[in-house]
Amino acid sequence: MYDKSKIFAGLAVFVVVMTYPFWNNIGSAAYVRPELEKPKNSQACVENVELMRTEHMSMLNEWRDEVVRDGVHEYHSKTSNQVFQKSLTKTCMKCHENKDKFCDKCHNTVAVDPYCWDCHVDPKGVQK
Amino acid sequence: MKTIRRNFLKVAAVAALGWGIRPAAQLFASGGAEPSEGLLLASRHAVHSGPNALKAGRWAMVIDTAKLNEQNMAEIVRVCHSIHNVPAISGPQEIKWIWETKMDHLFLDDLHEFQPEAAAKTALALCNHCDNPPCVRVCPTKATFQREDGIVMMDFHRCIGCRYCMAGCPYGSRSFNFMDPRPYIESTTPEFPTRTKGVVEKCEFCAERLAEGKMPACVEVSDGAVVFGDLADPESEVRKLLAERFSIRRSPTLGTKPCVYYLV
Repeated sequence: MYDKSKIFAGLAVFVVVMTYPFWNNIGSAAYVRPELEKPKNSQACVENVELMRTEHMSMLNEWRDEVVRDGVHEYHSKTSNQVFQKSLTKTCMKCHENKDKFCDKCHNTVAVDPYCWDCHVDPKGVQK
Repeated sequence: MKTIRRNFLKVAAVAALGWGIRPAAQLFASGGAEPSEGLLLASRHAVHSGPNALKAGRWAMVIDTAKLNEQNMAEIVRVCHSIHNVPAISGPQEIKWIWETKMDHLFLDDLHEFQPEAAAKTALALCNHCDNPPCVRVCPTKATFQREDGIVMMDFHRCIGCRYCMAGCPYGSRSFNFMDPRPYIESTTPEFPTRTKGVVEKCEFCAERLAEGKMPACVEVSDGAVVFGDLADPESEVRKLLAERFSIRRSPTLGTKPCVYYLV
């Protein structure tokens, strides 16, 4: 085998670089779910918490197509049999009225930047 | 042997060509739910309106030019632009949903220079919500589409800002956001979204208000100068006005079948 030392040195560098994120995080604090501000004026969301936590993004995506393109404005909840208006600003933000203390908390922690608010208006004020 | 292979190849080529053309020919003949739809005519989106929504077979608007004056036109424009978060930008990058303009700019074919003194000099222009909308046909992403009740809607989420629709619209009803509009909005209405840079916008016949059972904002503040209703219903106010009074539309010879009528 030619250049054995160079190949193994290269492999070692490769393994170290590839596993850097793992051993770099050893010892650092585990992911802590941010403490969110709970709505004061209502008890339950349109669906249960687990579903909302995992599916709210695709739900909002479906809502927007159904409202804008098909004109279907009512959402029939699967958990509470209640009917809600499919609207980010008129339904979600009526309870979760503080975007900074609700939406942004998780989004910032997991470093995602949804572009909802490029157009939709945060009722607590528009950043100019 | 040679001639036989030659003939076989010829037949195969013609057959392949035929198969290639077939789907396209079908598309041209009928692509949508109705035989009249297809590539040459826009397909239409069904509207499932809620219990409180105002419904119609074909929404249309009638503008009485005699009842318009400086004050009510300015008020209509102000109300429309404020509830829809339309930014106030002056110059060539202006954004407008409804605006006051000269009659001879509105009606290029129908007016001559010997109009009566008392006739209206200006009127309101807005999206005509055409029955055969060129903007819908040219949109590559179907961001603009036509509903079954005739409203030509914008899906701002889907607009990629190619501005084909602006080239297609013969009425100049569409505006493009050359920059972030938010700094130019005086007071933002939280219920309605703003737009973002690189998106085209226009009047939507207040589709969001119709869904809540409200008439379009311009109709509400116009004091009877702007009438809105169902063109498919012979008893509707718009049909009665059109039957009683002489009305014209903007550039009907273009074949777009505009649905905003002007009483002159």
